[in-house]
This record gives sequence, structure tokens and C-alpha cells, in this order.
Amino acid sequence: MTRYIIRRLLQAFPLLFIISLVLFILMNNMGDPLATMGGRRVTRKEDRIRLARQLGLDKPVMIQYVYWLAGNDWTKTDMDGDGVAETPGVRKGVLRGDWGISLVNRKLVTEVIGERLPNTLLLMVTAEVVVLVSALLIGIYSALHQYSLVDNTITAITFIMYSMPVFFFALLTMYIFAVNFKKWGLPYLPTVGMFEPEAGQTFSQVVWHMVLPTATLSFGYIAGYSRYIRSTMLEAMGQDYIRTAKAKGLPRRQIVYLHALKNAALPIVTIIALDLPFLLGGAIVTERIFGWPGTGRLFLDHVSRSDTPVVMGILMMIAVAVIVFQIIADVAYAWLDPRIRYK
Amino acid sequence: MESSTTQPASLPPKAFQLIPDDLETPPLTLGQLAWRRFRRHRMAIFGAILMILIVLYTFGGMLIFSEADANFVETGVRLQPPSLEHPFGTDTIGRDILVRTIYGGQISILIGLTAMVVELFIGVTIGALTGYFGGKLDSILMRLTEAVLVIPQIFLLLVMAKYFSQSIPNIQLLGRTFSGSVLVIIVVIGVTTWPYLARIVRAQFLSVKENDFILAARATGTSTYEIIFRHILPNSIAPIIVSATLSVAAAITLEAYISFLGLGVRPPTATWGNMLEGAYNYVESAWWLWFFPGMLIALTVLGINFLGDGLRDALDPHSRTT
Repeated sequence: MTRYIIRRLLQAFPLLFIISLVLFILMNNMGDPLATMGGRRVTRKEDRIRLARQLGLDKPVMIQYVYWLAGNDWTKTDMDGDGVAETPGVRKGVLRGDWGISLVNRKLVTEVIGERLPNTLLLMVTAEVVVLVSALLIGIYSALHQYSLVDNTITAITFIMYSMPVFFFALLTMYIFAVNFKKWGLPYLPTVGMFEPEAGQTFSQVVWHMVLPTATLSFGYIAGYSRYIRSTMLEAMGQDYIRTAKAKGLPRRQIVYLHALKNAALPIVTIIALDLPFLLGGAIVTERIFGWPGTGRLFLDHVSRSDTPVVMGILMMIAVAVIVFQIIADVAYAWLDPRIRYK
Repeated sequence: MESSTTQPASLPPKAFQLIPDDLETPPLTLGQLAWRRFRRHRMAIFGAILMILIVLYTFGGMLIFSEADANFVETGVRLQPPSLEHPFGTDTIGRDILVRTIYGGQISILIGLTAMVVELFIGVTIGALTGYFGGKLDSILMRLTEAVLVIPQIFLLLVMAKYFSQSIPNIQLLGRTFSGSVLVIIVVIGVTTWPYLARIVRAQFLSVKENDFILAARATGTSTYEIIFRHILPNSIAPIIVSATLSVAAAITLEAYISFLGLGVRPPTATWGNMLEGAYNYVESAWWLWFFPGMLIALTVLGINFLGDGLRDALDPHSRTT
């Protein structure tokens, strides 16, 4: 197993290189970060040339990629425009931990992402916990009471939830719980941001503001996961060993949770592990609608202004997370199911 | 004493009757079998009817309203709530939302179908090649598939949509003018969603390849092309059909997402997605801006999902029909 893990990790490196190269090239072709640097006016031509030289944007794409990856403190850049490179660069490059400086606000990329990441994680982890608990409860209940009225209603509702686009649900809940509650004088849920500016970032403020975004994020996943859990539970409950357990006289609770659920949960573990890394990217649409200051909105803002260092930072973070979680999912599956063997 | 009409003791009693050959029903083709199982699935029938209604609404509406109506700007009546004259209300610059949903629906559904075709083409080809040949080709193409999968889909979509949104001229098709970005969106969605299909096709090929009839085909000298397209592929068609159906829904949803974020089809061409763009600013004041397009998207996707579920039950020989 250790050899398998090491082999997967080694395979991951070339993959990451290629991905970073492709993404870098795409990012470079996306737009002009210098266009907005003039402040209110369009950037003047001399300023554009100067800025391009200072930020290293006038070099060909491959050279820019090398500088991004390995830094430029081992070479000289031309800072004063006389065509002769004389100043040694200051960037150390990603391979040594220097992710660069944002082209938009001149802050360190790690700082920029680090500011927003905890907000996203807060939202995502809460949403994930809500999803897991709800999906398990709903799925198991549905499986145990198959084809009852409750089960059929749940199936219909989950189908509808599953088909609804996220923003429609967001707008719908916003409309009902925020706008209309306000009109009817009921306590209403806030819809924008993480906390009210006057009240400050207190615990209750954040919790109150988190309700709608979390609900929006979870409903689709709850719908999908609970259907999946229902079908795997049904399959597990139909197995012979469950019949044996019942014949042996084990209490129902033990049969369901100890035997059936453990076997039914295996595919779900892999699905969850594969979905988790995408949480890091934040839910772009949800964050956009609710104004939540997370990495999703960060990504959108910086992509639209072609801020390569920050965007590459976010993308690489997610790529690494996806690869790592894929390996974790495979390993977890093998650990949980002793029948699986990897070469 | 036995009479001639009673049977000898060794035969089973007369309750067991043998049916003569010409009274048996003829063997059913896969299509007929699938149709019978599909018919029993109530939700699938509901989904099919829903889809037919929506298609009638969007494409039949072309007969009643012209495209000029969809883009007819009348700023005097902007942001009107639903009324008799404008059953779905008007949007921020005074265009009638009902007509825009009709024409927008055409584009959204068209994008869904065409993106599905692109995805089908790429996914089946790559899946078939990797599944059949295996070896080095398999490794390289599977790494390619993984690379496309590893990058989160929405990100890849955003980046590619921006990358390709240089000016592409408007296209004239079926008497309508489309903004060139429609083509871009179709290609982008098709190119980012094929890995899922490729994996399914590959798995199917890997298992069907081991059957004896493939060995027999090879032994009689059938060319590789024929083996793939006339033997293996028709036998793996079921999960491909299901996946293709569900990917239409996914494509429509995806188009809605990127249009919502402002990177999709450019106005004035309407799609259900870009009608929702910026509508969240008007949640309080003008609910009809987002409700109707959003509702239509939800209904379409719901119909397709029901349909796909029914198809999966009808075509999959392993699933239990209780």
C-alpha cells in the first residue's frame, strides 16, 4: 500500500507541472492586467510599457512561466528601461514557496488568498457537515421505509431539488426568507456578506448570515447524496448476511447501523472525498449572490482583471487538493474494503 | 382400470399445459423491450410529457411571436410586473419576458443538445480507443482525461470562455441570428464534459471486449473498425444513451451558470441563463425577472432527469424493477 501511495504521489508531480503550464498559458491569453492600472483613466502608453517591464509582462510566455515557477533572482531584469538587464530579480518562484505579488493590489498572493480562505472554509465545512448528517438521515429513513408515502414524497422532493439550478434556489430562498419575511414583519435572514458592518464580526452575526448560503450550498448535495445512500442501503439490506443477522435476533438498530450502513457507506466515502477539494474553490455562484467574502468571489474578481499570480495560486491550490484527495479516496476505499488490493 | 383419456401415472397432472409453438409471442427487440419497461415508469412518462410541452412552448412559440418581439426595446415600460399585455412582465430595458423566454429557450435547448453531440463525439471516440486498444494509448489518454477532470470544471469553463470570447461574427441559422458566442459556449461545454462519458465508454469496452463473440469476429478476420463500430459499440449503447440524456440537462445548467456570471452568450441574444444575469440585484423589486427563466430551467432539467432515470431503468438489464 505504501508503495502504491508513493507511486501515485510521484505520478502527481508531472501532472501538476503540465496542468500549471496549461493554466498559465491560458491565463496569459486572457486579457490585459495593465488596462485597469491607470486608475480612472486608461493607462498611458509610456506607463504601460514601463509597468510591463517592471512586472515582467513583456517577456515571452515561456519565460514568464519559468519566472513564476523558479523565480528570477538567479537572473537580471531590466528595471530602468535602457535595454540592458542589470538589476537582479527578487522573486523566488513557486518551487521555493514564493507565489508572487498580486497585479491588482500589490499584496502577497499568500496574503490575499489567506484572507479569504478561512471564510470559504467556514462556509464549506459547515455545509458539508449539514449535508452529511441530513443525507444520511434522509437516505437511511427512505431505505428503511421503502415505497411508503414519506419515501415517495422524499424521492419527489429530492428529484426536484436535484434538478434546480443553484442560483434559482438561492434567489427563491432569498425572496421568501429575506424579502417577504421582512414585509410580513417576521424576523428575516440577512442576505449579504458575513456580518453587518455596524455590529462587527460577532459569532451570532456570522451564524445568522451563514444560514442562507449554507442552505443553498447543501440542498443540491443533500438531494444527490441521499438518493445514492438510499439505493446503496437498499442493496445492502437485501443481502444475505443481513438476513442472517435478523435471524440471529440482533436488535434492528445494530443491524442497520453496524452492518448495513458500514457496507453501504463505502461508495459514499469515495464520492465525498472526491467532492471535498472543490470546496476550496468556494461556491462561485453562491458567494456571488450572497456577497460572501470567500475564495470563489476572489477568483472571479481577479480573473476578470487578469491577475495571473492570484488566479494561478487558487487554481494550483485546488489542483493539488484534487490530486491529494483522489489518492486519499482510493486509499480509504481500499482500507475500508479488505477485498480491494492495489498493485 | 385406466380409461384411454387419463394420463399414465408417470406424467405430471393436466394442470400443466404445453403451449404450441405458433402461439408464443415473437422475440422482442431491445427497443421494444426497453419501451415496455419505460412505459411502466410513471415518472419517466411524466418527464417525457414535460419535455414535449417545453419543446412545443419554445419552438412552437416561434410561430406566434417573431424574433423582433424578443429584442424589442421599449424603455417606457421597463420593469413592469406581469400583466395581461406582458404575461411575464418586462425586463430592465423594457423587453417582454415571455417572448424572451421562448427565444431564449430555443438557444438554451439548442446549446444543450449540440454540446451533448460534441461531448458524445469526443467521449465515445476516446473511450472506444482506450478501451479497445489499451496499453500505451490507454495510459496517455487516461492521463489526459485525468488532467481535464482534475481542473475544476467551472474554472476551466470560465477561463476558456474568456479566452475564446474574441469577436466571432454572428451566425445566421434557421432564420435567426445568433451571436457567435453561442458556438464558443457549445464547444467549451463539450470540451469540458467529455471525460465522464469517456470513462463510462471505456469501462463498457473493457468488459464487452472479453466476450466470445468478439473473439469469433476477430477469428473470422473482421477489421478493427468493424469490430468497434458494429459489434462492441451497439452492445454498449445503453449507458451511453443514459449518459447523453443526462448530459443535456447538465449542459443547459452549465450554460445557465456561466451566463449568470456574465461570461456566456452575449446579449441581445437571449438565453435562459443570461436573462438571470444580474437579476439578483432585483430580488426585492422585480421577482419576475428571475422567476420565469429560472423556473423554466428547473422544469426542463427536471423533465430530462426523469427521462434519464426512466431510460436507465428501461435499458439497464441489471437493475431490478420491483
